[in-house]
Order: sequence, then structure tokens, then C-alpha cells
Amino acid sequence: MTAQPLNNPGDPTPEVGALAVPAKSSRTGFRYFLRRLFKRTLPRIGAIIVLLFLIGALFAPILTPYDPINQDYDVVRQPPSAEHWLGTDDLGRDMFTRILYGGRVSIFAAFIPLLISSSIGVTLGLIAGTVRGVVETIIMRVMDALLSIPSILLMIVIAGLLGPSLLNALIAIGFVGVARYARVVYSETLSVAQREYVLASRSLGKSTTKILFQEILPNVTAPIIVIASLSIGGIILAEATLSFLGLGIQPPTPSWGSMVATGNRYLQLAPWMSLVPGAAIFLMVMAVNFLGDGVRDALDPYLSGKL
Amino acid sequence: MTQYIIRRLLATIPVLLIVTFIVFTLMFLAPGDPVFLLVDVEQTEGLNEEQMDILRHELGLDRPLIVQYGDWLFNALRGDLGTSIRGSRQVSDMLKSAFSVSIELTLLAMAFALIIAIPVGIYAALKPNSLGDVLGTSLAIGGISAPNFWVALLLIYFFSVKLGWLPSNGFTRITEDVQENLTKMVLPVVTLGIALMASVMRMTRSGMLEVMHQDYIRTARAKGAIERRVIFNHAFRNAMLPVLTIIGLQFGALLGGAVVIEQIFSLPGMGRLGLDAIFIRDFPVVQGVVLVITLSYLLVNLFVDLLYGVLDPRIRIS
Repeated sequence: MTAQPLNNPGDPTPEVGALAVPAKSSRTGFRYFLRRLFKRTLPRIGAIIVLLFLIGALFAPILTPYDPINQDYDVVRQPPSAEHWLGTDDLGRDMFTRILYGGRVSIFAAFIPLLISSSIGVTLGLIAGTVRGVVETIIMRVMDALLSIPSILLMIVIAGLLGPSLLNALIAIGFVGVARYARVVYSETLSVAQREYVLASRSLGKSTTKILFQEILPNVTAPIIVIASLSIGGIILAEATLSFLGLGIQPPTPSWGSMVATGNRYLQLAPWMSLVPGAAIFLMVMAVNFLGDGVRDALDPYLSGKL
Repeated sequence: MTQYIIRRLLATIPVLLIVTFIVFTLMFLAPGDPVFLLVDVEQTEGLNEEQMDILRHELGLDRPLIVQYGDWLFNALRGDLGTSIRGSRQVSDMLKSAFSVSIELTLLAMAFALIIAIPVGIYAALKPNSLGDVLGTSLAIGGISAPNFWVALLLIYFFSVKLGWLPSNGFTRITEDVQENLTKMVLPVVTLGIALMASVMRMTRSGMLEVMHQDYIRTARAKGAIERRVIFNHAFRNAMLPVLTIIGLQFGALLGGAVVIEQIFSLPGMGRLGLDAIFIRDFPVVQGVVLVITLSYLLVNLFVDLLYGVLDPRIRIS
């Protein structure tokens, strides 16, 4: 023993460590992030609602004795009661059951567009921001053009041309989201590429690909996470809208959007058939938006407290 | 100024080219053989593959994508957007009639949203954490998350089914009967306006909150300006800039949202036209709808940029 360590390794000082160098240790950094996220009420409410829907979707077979697809003509269009908490639909299926199962589509399907748009968008943005020149002009002009078509219209056109199905709807939603990632990653890349550490690794002879993935990408992740978390609500809404228009999932599989569309025909006789699944979409999207806002504020210390 | 407008107008050309080309490519790649859409069933019945090829050649469908696009573009520039595959009506005529419906819906929705959102937003900012502020803010968060088709059904359920105050669908042209037209537009306008109202309210509130802490507000108060003058002449004008951006950007969402709303309320607008066309693969109509909606979106945003200069002399374009 020649030198005493300055700090006892067992000394619990995560507070200071986390505040001083939040990015150094990902574990304390993540914990610090979570603490900031759930410090406020709305993200906490959002998380609880999302969690409830998730549990409902995952454990639907345990939580309800009914089947989401089998029809029962003895109990057609029954109002909410003790046996059927949220009533039954035009084919005698339990609405509560269908909402739980429908959550599987609405929640888990949201991740496919998210993956499509973030992976393509981030790649295009990185390429445009580093390669520059003609490539940059072409990519960014196309992205600008895509941003100037109202997104729901573009989604409808793509989903409609590919043919009505859940996968095609998700591809359409994912495609429409590409431009947003590309724009932000592009402008972030432009500014990061000028920083000293990038210039340093370039002068050390690192290849462009290595610089892209080792230096630039890690430094543009925060805005990517922010866009992703803010866009999940919109994706759920878009999937519901396309399903409502008949361009998404096809019967008999339940999804919230298509349930509203079916219920639309019975608005006078059985209003719960459309209003209840609509409320599910509303609650879910609102909860996800609360969480998304929270993530943005937690990642951007300058923003928190504002808005 | 004129030069700037001309330059901006010219800048919309490449955007429109790219947009129409993307849509054209999508239609080219879409599954299904366009021959069956262009020709009557009787004509293709019993044709063998060779005869089908001849038919494709006659219709120009065997040419490369870029040539077919060039053909469409050349005709479009002369104002000829082709004919609908259904009923062979001129696409431009169909667009004209549908556009007047959509633009009325969109503008009324915008007016409705702004008339409510701006005063409530200002009030919420001036009295933060008051009951009005909390109510307004919750309404704004709700309005952003609520699917518009659900809002439409809620409104129909309460105001048409339960109370019987307003019709739930149907359309009368404003040139025929103004009162009838407006009565039937109330529910669609309110439905479409709610999302814009929510975001404008949020933006006005945060904009005003930020501006009210600026030095020039303190200066205005210090020189003895009355509070109303401080709020409307000094604060409001500056707080409006981000609001204006949101309005411009949201105009596209309004045009897009109109697709769903028109479907629910059976209004014969652009969205309904486009959606019907997609289901039957009426490509000339789809292309026309996308073209007109994109063009109006671009023009509205140009107009917003020009308004910037009016509101803030510092950004006035040299």
C-alpha cells in the first residue's frame, strides 16, 4: 500500500458523481435521468396509465374469461353491465376483452414504425451531414419535399397504394416519420462535425465510417431519443386513424381504431361501441404524450421548468 | 420584397416536382395491373398475354417510369390533369368542386380555433395557475391527444343524437343556402378546429409567459404605459411569432385532418375525393389531390413567412 485512494470505493456518493459527470457512467446517468423524469406529476401519471394498458394487453387471457373473436349472438349490443363491464358489440363480443386484446396491436405495433423511421432517418441524416455535396442536396431536398405533404395524407396514400393491411399501414407510418429524424440528425451532425474532437480523430486518420459511428452518432443520440419519445403518441394515433379508415388491421382482429369504425355504424343504438375504444386511444395517447414531454424535459436541463 | 416572393414561389417548383414524382413512383410500384383500371372488363376478357402486351403498349404503360411521369408532367403544365378512371370526368373539375368545400372547412376551423385559443392563451399566461389556466392547459393537452374521429363521434352523439340540435352529416353548397351550409358545417368545423386550438393555446400561453419577463415589458411599464397597452402592443405582438409558425405548420395538419372529418360527416371535399380514389386506384385523381393539397400548404407557409416581416421589422426581408 503506497498510496491511499482518495475516495473509499464503498463510499456512497452517487449524487455528486451523477451530477458532475452524468454521461460518464451510463448506470448512474440512467438513474439520474429516471429521477428527473419521475420528479414531476404528469410523466408519473403517464407511466401508470401506460403500465396498466401494457399489463392489460399482456395478461388479457388471464384478466378476462371471454374470447375477443368468438361471436355470441345471445348478447348482441348489450349496454355495460356486471357481466360485460363495457358492454358487447354487434357480434356479441365483450368490449372490455376486445379493448385489452386491441391494446396489443395499438401498443406493440407502435414500435415497428418507430424502428423504420428512426433507422432510415438517422442513417440519411448522418450521411447528408458528413458526406455533403450532391448527396447532401438530394437527400435533404427529398426530405423537405416529404415534409411539405401533410403527413396523414401521405400515410393514407402510401397505405392505400400498398393495399389495406396492418403491416402496410405500419410501413406507411414509418416512412412518413423518416424526414423528421433526417432533418434533426442532419443539423446536429453538421454542428457536431465541426467540434474539436471530431477534427482531432480525423487528423489521427480515423475513417469516415468510424468517425460517424464512434464520434458523431453518440453525440446526436439525445435529440433522437427526444423525437422518438415524442412521436410514439402520434404513431398510435396514426395507426388508429388508418385502421378507422379501413386501411389498417382487417377484421376480426381487434384494434382500437377499427373498433371505433365498426361502432360508428351503431352510434344511435349502441354508443359505447365506438365511444369506449375511442376513449382508450385518447387515454393511451395522452399518457404517452405525458411521458414523451417528460423525457424531453429530463434530457434537456434548459427546457425543464418551461412550458 | 417582390423579388423575395418570386424567389420563394420559384422554390416551390422543385418541391412540387419531387412530391409528384414520389407519388407517381408509388403508384407505379403499387401492386395490381393498371391495364384493368383503364380498360373495360369486356375489352380485356379472353385476351392472351401477347394481346395484353399490345394493349399495354397502346396505352403507353410499357414505357419507363420516367417517361410516363414526364408525360403526366407535360400535360399537367398545360392544366390537363387527366381524366378520372371512373366516369371519365376531368380531374381538374373534380378538384375545383372539392377544393371549395375543403377550404371552407379548413378556414372556418382555423377561425374557430384562433378566436378561442388566443384569448384563453393570453388569459392563462397573465394568471398562471389560476382555475382558468389549469382548465385551459388541461383542455389543450386533451385536445392534442384526442383522435379527431373520436371527437367527431362524441360531438355527433351529444349534439345530434341526444340533443338533436345539429345535423350529423350532409352538405349544402354555400352558394345555395348560406344558413343551411353553416348549420351543417358546425360539427365538422369544431372537430377539426380542436387540435389546432389546443396547440395555439399552448403556444400563446408559453409565448406570453416568456415575453412578459422581457426587459422591454418592464421598460414599457416603467414609462407608465397602461397594462392593456403593455399586453396588446408590446407583449402580444412579440408572443405571436411562434404562434404564427404553429398556425402555418398546422395548416397542413388541418388539410390532412379534413380527410378523416370529411369521411365521417360525408362532406364532398378533397380528402373524401382522395380517399375514395385510393380505394379504387383512381391514380389521376390521387395525384391531383396530393398536388393541390401540397401546393396550398406551401403557399400558406410562404404567406406566414411574409407575415413575420409585418409583425417583426427585424426580420423584414431585404
